[in-house]
Amino acid sequence: MIRFENVTKVYARGARPALDRVSLDVERGEFVFLVGASGSGKSTFLRLVLREERASAGRVFVAGKELGNLSSWKVPHLRRQIGAVFQDFRLLPNKTVFENVAFALQVIGKPRHHILTTVPETLEMVGLAGKEKRRPHELSGGEQQRVAIARAFVNRPSILLCDEPTGNLDPTTSLGIMRLLDRINRTGTTVVMATHDDEIVDQMRKRVIELSTGEMVRDQSRGVYGSDR
Amino acid sequence: MRLQFILSEIGQGLRRNLSMTISVILVTFVSLTFVGSAALLQLQIGKMKDDWYDKVEVSVFLCPQNSSKPTCAAGEVTDEQKADIQAALDAPEIKPWVEKVYFETKEQAFEAFQKQFKDQFWASAATADDMNSSYRIKLTDPEKYQVVADVVSGRQGVEEVQDQRKLFDNLFLVLDRATLLAGGLAIVMLVAAVLLITTTIRLSALSRRRETGIMRLVGASTMFIQLPFMLEGAIAATVGALLAVGGLWVGVEYLVTDWLGASVTWIPYVSTADVLTVAPALIAVAILLSAISSLVTLSRYTKV
Repeated sequence: MIRFENVTKVYARGARPALDRVSLDVERGEFVFLVGASGSGKSTFLRLVLREERASAGRVFVAGKELGNLSSWKVPHLRRQIGAVFQDFRLLPNKTVFENVAFALQVIGKPRHHILTTVPETLEMVGLAGKEKRRPHELSGGEQQRVAIARAFVNRPSILLCDEPTGNLDPTTSLGIMRLLDRINRTGTTVVMATHDDEIVDQMRKRVIELSTGEMVRDQSRGVYGSDR
Repeated sequence: MRLQFILSEIGQGLRRNLSMTISVILVTFVSLTFVGSAALLQLQIGKMKDDWYDKVEVSVFLCPQNSSKPTCAAGEVTDEQKADIQAALDAPEIKPWVEKVYFETKEQAFEAFQKQFKDQFWASAATADDMNSSYRIKLTDPEKYQVVADVVSGRQGVEEVQDQRKLFDNLFLVLDRATLLAGGLAIVMLVAAVLLITTTIRLSALSRRRETGIMRLVGASTMFIQLPFMLEGAIAATVGALLAVGGLWVGVEYLVTDWLGASVTWIPYVSTADVLTVAPALIAVAILLSAISSLVTLSRYTKV
């Protein structure tokens, strides 16, 4: 589903590469944790998958397409197959929960009847049934993240990218979010989650890829957060 | 769904930047009014040329008694000289340019003079002998004045050759200068309009960065993301253009048709119909302005 072949990303000429000759393969339906200190290249990895950045060297394949050759007008189609969730939720404050989720479908031109059936379905799945008319500021952090996940998943992407989705949440709430991501993963969606949260990684026992200053230092199935354990 | 969505986005954008929207409307209004005025002035010149050049003649004034011109040294024009001039006008090389020649005697000239200036006290002192007899030549093409003038001027018995067109040329010069002035102001204002629309679109794009960020993330097409901004600019500019058309219409209706048209009746004036002829061009300019501004701005602020 995602394949990196010797990918290097250099932001500024002469600077240390943000990613240094990284090669890896993520299969369809996998759940992968991306761990490492701040600045280790986790976000760059996600940005490369979203094609917000292009690799400086090497090749990136996502959903069967080589992103280096992808012309920019095809990028939106690539992104429709990828959902993205962030630490800061990125909800629209002046829209209700329903509108926030529907927005993702409206802007890619889905018909109204499709939106009216899919959005409530997805909101129920993330556990927000009955809160459709609330605004983001009326919700708890965990609920806001659920809205963000619903928005990322409402178009049924084959890949879900999460950039520290539990970074702003307390442990209990984080656990709920992880259960939700696990459920989404069970529907066949590939999930890649960048995180600092060792408890969660240790609990879930999924594949762990560790980056350190741009290099991949560990790729362990059913791994834990710290490599020394 | 899509259309409704885009329309609501546009509405929001316009309302959020209301003061900027209004300033865009006003600047395009003023600049396009200048553009339209320049166009109407040119139309006015065209109309006057069409109307007057058809009527103007080349007048060959013949020598009266006591003229100081060297060609009139022999005193009042003789029949012989007249025959000579007539023959020159009938010559084959200038025949194609001459539509009609008629002769006005000094008595006829006096009569016309008296009629035209009957209210003036000084006119009563004139006599028929003060008048010139003349050949009035109607040209097939008024531009060919010089060809005809060359043939007759300088001949014995010809006091002066006068092209009536010359009388209008000064007026046209003034109108042309006014066109240049209006056009120059229009260009300055158009530049201001482009810059203002650019700023407005940029502000609008910045204030909706959150939305456009999410749009990009979920895979909305570039077109879909940029369209509301483009249309915002286009709508504001078009409203400005419509105001300019309205302003010109009112101006022509009240200033030209009702006021000038009533006081100076012998000039063919531009009418409100001409304003409507100019209108599509003004609207096209407005849309062009906003298109330029969008192209400049959006590639930078809503990049995929």
